[in-house]
Amino acid sequence: METAIEVSGVSRHHKSTTALDNVSVRFQRDTIHGLLGRNGAGKTSLMSVMTAHDWPDAGDVRVFGHRPYENEQVLPRICFVREDQKYIDDAKVHHALNAAALAFPRWDQDLAARLCQEFQVPEKTRIKKMSRGQRSAVGVIIGLASRAGVTFFDEPYMGLDAVARQLFYDRLIEDYSEHPRTIVLSSHLIDEIAHLIENVVLLDHGKILLDEPVEDLRDRAVTLVGRADAVEEITRGREILHEELMGRTTRVTVLGALSLSEQRRVQQLDIDVTPVSLQQLIVRLTSRGTPVSTDTEEVAA
Amino acid sequence: MDEGKALFLQIAEEIESSVLDGSLHEGERAPSTNELASFYRVNPATAGKGINLLVDQGILIKRRGLGMYVAEGARELIQAERRRQFVEGYLAPLISEARALDLSAERVIELIRERAADFSRSS
Repeated sequence: METAIEVSGVSRHHKSTTALDNVSVRFQRDTIHGLLGRNGAGKTSLMSVMTAHDWPDAGDVRVFGHRPYENEQVLPRICFVREDQKYIDDAKVHHALNAAALAFPRWDQDLAARLCQEFQVPEKTRIKKMSRGQRSAVGVIIGLASRAGVTFFDEPYMGLDAVARQLFYDRLIEDYSEHPRTIVLSSHLIDEIAHLIENVVLLDHGKILLDEPVEDLRDRAVTLVGRADAVEEITRGREILHEELMGRTTRVTVLGALSLSEQRRVQQLDIDVTPVSLQQLIVRLTSRGTPVSTDTEEVAA
Repeated sequence: MDEGKALFLQIAEEIESSVLDGSLHEGERAPSTNELASFYRVNPATAGKGINLLVDQGILIKRRGLGMYVAEGARELIQAERRRQFVEGYLAPLISEARALDLSAERVIELIRERAADFSRSS
């Protein structure tokens, strides 16, 4: 598959903190990617350098093979929707939409108009005076209607309520099905987007901790519940991500899938095995105290 | 959808179940990748993977420019496969629970007969 965005050895420092630490990653074309990580992991920093909103201190970024900085060939193909999007002081929705229509060659005005109705964005209110949810909706509408070759959504849906978020997910899947393009979603609501994304890029302390198809992550870890001694037989020698004990019953999440013989043994021992949701896996992986460098190797193995 | 199984497998199973219960007939057009993606709110690649699985198993066939169709004989294929899975999927947990409750195999069979009789009377 073709690469839409290639990031090679990018570092970005803000004063004494390292936002991005020698990051190399590729985003496949016509795929929905989830960019995940805790607050301060470097998600917004990475999106900012990929969209030419910021310069890296070291390394190289290519979007569709070109450096995006001040590049009129590439910038119209990039749409970056961010939570703290600034609009001109007196701008109303139609001003923002008109500006977007000029900026993005594949802009779909009908889609924008339909989405404005569906999200119930007030036409006459200045964007500055809108509620957080309404402002988020404007960002989402621009992101979808831009049909840009690469579209980044940096938690713009944070202000949206559950109903509006579902509407966003539905319209995203519909429009993406009809017009495949490269989408990068960052979100804390991992369970909500787990079914929408095809690939996960997980940032932790400015480094890539994981870059894998969601499907492959299903077998990455399992949770075992049963009698402590029985569970211990299975978990011995495995990396334990999480452990909870209640009386004689224990719940342990370990890395790695169970072999066929282990699956049979687990049945004999009367242990319940449940898969680990993407959200649980991400939480467990990013809350580990162990050094990141060794983790990456184990995770990749 | 249920977390326990890969999504594309669940989507494939949903289509199979529609063929089994007769809501999707052999020779009829099956839902497209995009229709499935929108309906189940999943990535189209996931839906496509489910469809491909059924194509590989000979349950769906691709007609160029027209879409996916349910193959002749699909229902029988699905039944045969589900019967194979019946022991692992339904009998194994049944036996394990019965053992924990000290229900003998004979008693379980009796219960199944009673229930099956009720079931056929009411349907």
